[in-house]
Amino acid sequence: MNIAVLSGKGGTGKTTVSTNLSLALNANYVDCDVEEPNGFLFLKPNIDNVYEVEEEYPVINKEKCVGCGMCVKVCNFNALAKVKDDILVFDKLCHSCGACQYVCKFGAIEYKKRVIGRIESGSAFGINIKQGILNKGEPMAVPVIKKMLSSINRNELNVIDCPPGTSCNVVNSLKYSDFAVLVTEPSNFGLHDLKLAIELVKMFNIPFGVVINKDNGEENIIKKYCINNNIRILGTIPFNKKTAELYSKGEILYFDRDHKNIFDELVNNIREVLPWS
Amino acid sequence: MKIVISAKGQDINDLMDVRFGRCRYFQIHNLETGEFKVLENAGQKSGGGAGIAAAQQIIDEGVDVVITGSLGPNAFDLINKAGIKAYKCDEISIKEVIEKFKNGELQEINIAGPSHHGM
Amino acid sequence: MELVILSGKGGTGKTTIATALSELAKDVMRVDCDVDAPNFYLYYQGQDVERKDFIGSKKAFIDKSKCVKCGICKEICRFDAIDIKKDQYFVDSFSCEGCGLCTIACNFKAISMQDEKTADVYITKIEKGLLSRAQMEIGADGSGKLITELRENAKRYNKENKLTIIDGSPGIGCPVISSITGSNAALIVTEPSKSGLEDLKRVYSLCKHFKIMTFVCINKYDINIEVANDIEEFANNNNITIVGKIPFDEKVMESINNLKPITEYEESRANKAIREMWEILKSKIN
Repeated sequence: MNIAVLSGKGGTGKTTVSTNLSLALNANYVDCDVEEPNGFLFLKPNIDNVYEVEEEYPVINKEKCVGCGMCVKVCNFNALAKVKDDILVFDKLCHSCGACQYVCKFGAIEYKKRVIGRIESGSAFGINIKQGILNKGEPMAVPVIKKMLSSINRNELNVIDCPPGTSCNVVNSLKYSDFAVLVTEPSNFGLHDLKLAIELVKMFNIPFGVVINKDNGEENIIKKYCINNNIRILGTIPFNKKTAELYSKGEILYFDRDHKNIFDELVNNIREVLPWS
Repeated sequence: MKIVISAKGQDINDLMDVRFGRCRYFQIHNLETGEFKVLENAGQKSGGGAGIAAAQQIIDEGVDVVITGSLGPNAFDLINKAGIKAYKCDEISIKEVIEKFKNGELQEINIAGPSHHGM
Repeated sequence: MELVILSGKGGTGKTTIATALSELAKDVMRVDCDVDAPNFYLYYQGQDVERKDFIGSKKAFIDKSKCVKCGICKEICRFDAIDIKKDQYFVDSFSCEGCGLCTIACNFKAISMQDEKTADVYITKIEKGLLSRAQMEIGADGSGKLITELRENAKRYNKENKLTIIDGSPGIGCPVISSITGSNAALIVTEPSKSGLEDLKRVYSLCKHFKIMTFVCINKYDINIEVANDIEEFANNNNITIVGKIPFDEKVMESINNLKPITEYEESRANKAIREMWEILKSKIN
């Protein structure tokens, strides 16, 4: 069972919700925000396993290559170029689609692997923790996300900390999800971005609910919107100095007496929608 | 000698574009014959690897010199390997760019600019 | 004159400041290049005067009348983008990366690459001028190409060469570079946090490379004076003018919630600081 935690924009508290929810659920925490994985900063796990994520890229066998340039022509990603009779490969732009190899009549293209990121796993506070890290300067996060999500056991309970926004990175995280928790904050910007996130989860037909961060307990536009549109509010996280202080110190809210019940309640609410054993 | 300049417009009085991969046009001027032609930049249309597509296009045109604002690492690599000399200029009219080039007032581009993360 | 407002990381108040400055400058052309979270236009009730499809990529499309269901496309696709449902092959456009291999492999010419619209681009008429903006399709990625388009659109509607204020893209990738190149001045909005300073450094190096007049504004400077001082030191060492130090002000949140530019809050401390900043900025860029 995979629970995806996402938010339309950055800075809404997605990581706060996912890390604490993992602890409250006693579930595995999986950080898919591979460009800026922050969950480990709070959970501080012991890492006992690291493995590299590799992507394939073409290598030109100069003895076999006749410089016809067919490979350059079919590459839709501009990863190949022809200068004089030489074929040059720009591996970072390669999507490993295989088109160049397919069209080469001379068998001059082989694929090699290069490392684009890594996946670290470990444990903290009795839960398993995994994070994907995309190497600096690498433009494509999707292979790391795919690799990580295909490696998790869907029979277990997993909380997936998604990348921000509604880009293809998020789409790829959602493909593996059974339920979505949308984190937002009570402002017009928050509502605008929440609507985008809702559109996205609806496309995938994933059941979902909303968590309102920085909630002052009063009526607000998010609550109004959710009620009018029959959207389940799973919980709220208060906006006060203590919460902010704990956060800035990198401490875990779930271990604080005043905050524990927020996440326990969140768990109960999710259970109502998504029964599991 | 054939020189190519990244341009904002199709006319010799239009301004140079300091961008290479995403400029709108390339103006190719033959300094000996005075001939000139304008190409729409192929890089402008690509989602990713704009600099590579643009460089490939001008390499295929067989130019000797490229004048632009700066080159990303990929484009720089290609231009360099193709033996094309690259020069730097600011956003002034193409006409003035050519004058400056003829007078040897332009500085050669020897290092690539910052990467655009391949997007 | 094009002034681009940048930040590096999200949430530093870039849009708040871009909105305030365009209010103060009065007669301006606005461009929202923050295409992932296009919040600039939320402040304004407007009417779209132009809408165009933006074609950001190509995706494979299977012509059912030509498909003989041999299955080769599904077999060779490395993105698992081709599937079969009710005995029909189809392309899952979220998974398709547009490589075109299936179009080559299909012996029956049943697959073609078709333009995919990734955004709508608009020119919106608001009470105080025009705004060039985009609304991306869900699951689409912003690209330098889209930013270039937004700026070109703005230029078409700005024949009189009015001041253009660009709400820049976050991060330091290709979209940011596309929002910087060719503009005349950049204002980097930063906040006093470790990641704020790191991002400032990265964005500044881009501006420097493209030789753009660069200014810095420290937003919410009083939430961490120590880091704010580090930022000032960095600016001094690099000869960057700090044009404004804006205090933390709860009125800013209120202004966002009421969708009123902060400049309409006369008593707001942030408003006052932004106004002072604008006077300095105006004298520097003119």
